[in-house]
Amino acid sequence: MAETPSTFKLEPPEGLVASTTVFRGEVTLHTAREQLLALLTHLRDVQQFNQLIDVTCTDYFPQEPRFGMVYQLNSLPRNIRVRVNVMLSEHDARIESACAAFLSANWLEREIYDLMGIHFDNHPDLRRILMPLDYQGHPLRKEVPVTVEENAFSFNRERIDRDKPYARE
Amino acid sequence: MGLEQKLGDMGIVTTSLEKAVGWARSNAIWPLLFGLACCAIEMMSTQASNYDLSRFGMELNRASPRQSDLMIIAGRVSRKMAPVIRNLYDQMPDPKYVIAMGDCASCGGVFNNYAIVQGVDEIIPVDVYIAGCPPRPETLIDGILLLQEKIKGEKITTWK
Amino acid sequence: MVAEPTKIKEDIPEIHDSPQNIVRAEDVQLDITFDQLKKLVSERALTGETMLLNMGPHHPSTHGVLRLLLELDGETVINCIPDIGYLHTGIEKTHEGKTYLKGLPLTDRTDYLAPMSNNLAYCGAVEKLCDIDVPIRAQYLRVILAELTRLNSHLVWLGTHALDIGAMSMFLYCFRERELILDVYESVSGARMMSSYFRPGGLWRDVPDTFIAQVRNILQVFPGRIKEYEILLKKNPIWRDRTVGIGKIGAEDAIAYGCTGPTLRGSGVNYDVRKAAPYSSYDHFDFEVPLGTAGDVYDRYRCRLDEMPQSLRIIRQALDRLPPGPVISDDRKFNPPPKHEIAYSMESLIHHFKLWTEGFKAPEGEVYFAVESGKGEYGVYLSGNGTPKPRRVHFRSPSLNNLQAMPLMSKGCMLADLVAIIGSIDIVLGDVDR
Repeated sequence: MAETPSTFKLEPPEGLVASTTVFRGEVTLHTAREQLLALLTHLRDVQQFNQLIDVTCTDYFPQEPRFGMVYQLNSLPRNIRVRVNVMLSEHDARIESACAAFLSANWLEREIYDLMGIHFDNHPDLRRILMPLDYQGHPLRKEVPVTVEENAFSFNRERIDRDKPYARE
Repeated sequence: MGLEQKLGDMGIVTTSLEKAVGWARSNAIWPLLFGLACCAIEMMSTQASNYDLSRFGMELNRASPRQSDLMIIAGRVSRKMAPVIRNLYDQMPDPKYVIAMGDCASCGGVFNNYAIVQGVDEIIPVDVYIAGCPPRPETLIDGILLLQEKIKGEKITTWK
Repeated sequence: MVAEPTKIKEDIPEIHDSPQNIVRAEDVQLDITFDQLKKLVSERALTGETMLLNMGPHHPSTHGVLRLLLELDGETVINCIPDIGYLHTGIEKTHEGKTYLKGLPLTDRTDYLAPMSNNLAYCGAVEKLCDIDVPIRAQYLRVILAELTRLNSHLVWLGTHALDIGAMSMFLYCFRERELILDVYESVSGARMMSSYFRPGGLWRDVPDTFIAQVRNILQVFPGRIKEYEILLKKNPIWRDRTVGIGKIGAEDAIAYGCTGPTLRGSGVNYDVRKAAPYSSYDHFDFEVPLGTAGDVYDRYRCRLDEMPQSLRIIRQALDRLPPGPVISDDRKFNPPPKHEIAYSMESLIHHFKLWTEGFKAPEGEVYFAVESGKGEYGVYLSGNGTPKPRRVHFRSPSLNNLQAMPLMSKGCMLADLVAIIGSIDIVLGDVDR
């Protein structure tokens, strides 16, 4: 295996990749939303990246564009890894589903839809996966607070006890 | 248990009905096979050979709630699982007991967020709380012995 | 006298009135709707010819709270639709409210059967992001403890898998062996299971004097025990009947679904993160990666069972060559100084104060770091934003991708085989749901 992450050369076709960054030995390709599926298909067919290891999303609030989709790809024959980033705006949080290129994106995109609220076009089965089906909202967005219950100290313990819904029978 | 031996070594003991029934009930509890997360692994360790739970009478874990009388909530209860637990608790016949094992079942534990019910006593009434994350097998056995003390002390007026 | 509620001091942003954020009544649903179900099951279910059965979240053989919707034609499974989320804990969200060091104990609770592997992945990601060097003694000790964790995870897998198929005594044997490993954990860190022993930069403290003797005892006792398990199961005709040819998945399908670990290696694909992208000086050690051929339950069982002697081999090599030295990095911007230095050095006092009140700041950037846990490739994606708390922590869970491939593996099998297949994938619901 002569290729190392800092020396491998990727030559995607013109227009598919907007920019490339290298940080801590990892290569990240930044692309636009419209080119995503073409880039993933190119990486899978031509560059031999045959595994989609992970799909995730970061909330960059208060920066605009707010959501950053992250696709981690792995090439088993060449033994290299690459990351593809797509930025999405909050007011238009839709993107093409990667299920057409990789089967493993199915549940991972459902999880992002559930927790972040990004809609995936042409997804075979888009519904909530981790939260209850009647849950409203998208918990991993930054506007949802992290803590839910007040921490109990000796001065507020009785009030918390009084207001908490205990089951009686 | 009060012993009164009359007529020498005849092997007869006399005691009250409550004490006899309490002794029998507390040493033959059938737990529901219900483990959620990490505490379930410690519960399985407690039932395995090193810290044996069958010496306390809890050899069988029944899978069906209709045939069990103790539910050990071992692990964190998420919001999606809460109606299921309530359903299982309602299906258990009286008299039933609940042990909240671990910090997450007692009070929400480390997780103070949108997904975890902050203590399973928001859903079902709990008899014994066991602290720990996860509690050691000895702690679980201590909690079970506490429950056995509670069952032994039940009076005839509280029998359902 | 009861105090007023304290205001939670968080920057909660304004919710814009964009079309995405308005919830409509028709979006709220209580269970899977009929239209969604129609796409997932065959037409015979809609006419009533096949039966839809719910293998609910409370079930003795589903290894946790997994709900399966089964479409059955008699005893044969036509379609299997997993429903997860019953153990969703919001660990990723909770991490955003904690500093990097305080978030470390939360990682124990994702894959709770292999807690030190999770710690290793998280610490590796933080070290990669902040560019911290780990001393060589800490790396070797991490290797020893990670391999013990792999043994731990495989023992629980073997015990519960055999218990589901019917060999009940395996459960007791495996948990008896596990107590030896848990004793090592307890002597090293104080906790039997959730030991947050690895820290970004190395380890919490050096191992105690009893550690080497305990690990040597394990190395002496284990090969005989593994032989016992092989005698019980390897050529057992009942075991072979129940596992050979069941739950097959081809190499192409396994790769397409993102399967890793023994689920992938059982189909013959040679991918192990310890060999492909070595971390924590795994490249100093000599070991083999067992592969299967047919991709069925028996081959996955053989992969895991053969990994156990290889783990013992790695532990023996690491223990023989364990170098002396520090166990934590001395970069004072990230690791606190030893306590006795605070008495005479002002910089140590300031470092100690800043680290324990505010925490260290990670640079802006994103990294992904993966380890080979017992279940597959466990990865941590970390996005730092220059503050002591992370912007996003995401765990790439091996069990989620392996479980995604399960409907493919279980097409056409009997209901009793389904239990064997779930056991062979080795899922941990804490890892799937996080």
